[in-house]
Amino acid sequence: MGIKGMKNEEFGDNESLELLKESGTNVLLTTIDDVINWGRKNSLWPLTFATSCCGIEMMQTGAPKHDFARFGMEVYRASPRQADVIVVAGTIVKKMAPVLKRLYDQMSEPKYVVAMGACTITGGPFYRDSYTIVRGVELIIPVDVFVPGCPPRPQALLYGMLQLQRLIETQTIKSRKVRNASHNYK
Amino acid sequence: MDNKQLGEFIKSLDADFEIKEGKQFTEVTVPPAKLHSLASQLREKEETLFDFLVSITGVDYVPDLGLIYHLRSTKHGHMVVIKSRTSDRENPQFDSVSDIWEAADLHEREAFDLLGTRFVNHPDLRRLFLNSSWGFPLRKDYVDDDIITW
Repeated sequence: MGIKGMKNEEFGDNESLELLKESGTNVLLTTIDDVINWGRKNSLWPLTFATSCCGIEMMQTGAPKHDFARFGMEVYRASPRQADVIVVAGTIVKKMAPVLKRLYDQMSEPKYVVAMGACTITGGPFYRDSYTIVRGVELIIPVDVFVPGCPPRPQALLYGMLQLQRLIETQTIKSRKVRNASHNYK
Repeated sequence: MDNKQLGEFIKSLDADFEIKEGKQFTEVTVPPAKLHSLASQLREKEETLFDFLVSITGVDYVPDLGLIYHLRSTKHGHMVVIKSRTSDRENPQFDSVSDIWEAADLHEREAFDLLGTRFVNHPDLRRLFLNSSWGFPLRKDYVDDDIITW
């Protein structure tokens, strides 16, 4: 499960990714999965969605210096219909939550969620004494990869996106439906 | 005018105005009923000419609710602070000054949104940030089960 230009051992947490490997022994399905996953992971188009300072780091990740188009996150899409991954970059408040949920619902399958920054993971610096904060976007939408930081550096987001690619490699077309059905968020 | 002269001048307008000096700006405390007349006089009088409303601050003094207006004159360069408070928490009413300063429109809506102070004669007093079902979160007696305190 190596990613272009980055060796397997350079990633942390390889053992749990092996555990996540979902396609079992079915030779035909495994081969199809490999082909489909290869396509999915190498054209992960993110949605233009940023609610605060993490968005600035996300823009920098897309800008020439770090340029995550190298890894297949080719172009930011302004429409959720055309996007594969939503990077939730920034604080989600109660008033924003329905919008985020709606954007997620509008994205077409397969769709992935990266929670970027402390605010989207737990509410971060606004965790206590706040009447507006949503304490973690996982209360609203299912999250695939968490990228901690406040805000995370572009390198951290890149690492998280590469981990998402590796996560996609472990998935199978069969389990994707089951996974979605198991999420019951309101 | 300097702070002392301002204080004396405002006192001469109406003896009810309470003047407090010694801080950065002269502070005038007025009852809500006289807030609008004081504001319009300060705006119109040639000596004061407060044409710039810097900010409106809402305060929950428990049990009182209050407002603090910072005014500035772009011609004379002096500033004054007006304070007003009411003990009615259920229906705290102040006269809107948005007919005197256009900027007061949004300031008052924000104060209403977060503290629930109502502004009489405001042209468009709706919630600014929050939904209409939300309470008034900056009041000290605001209750929300979602809040995690220290």
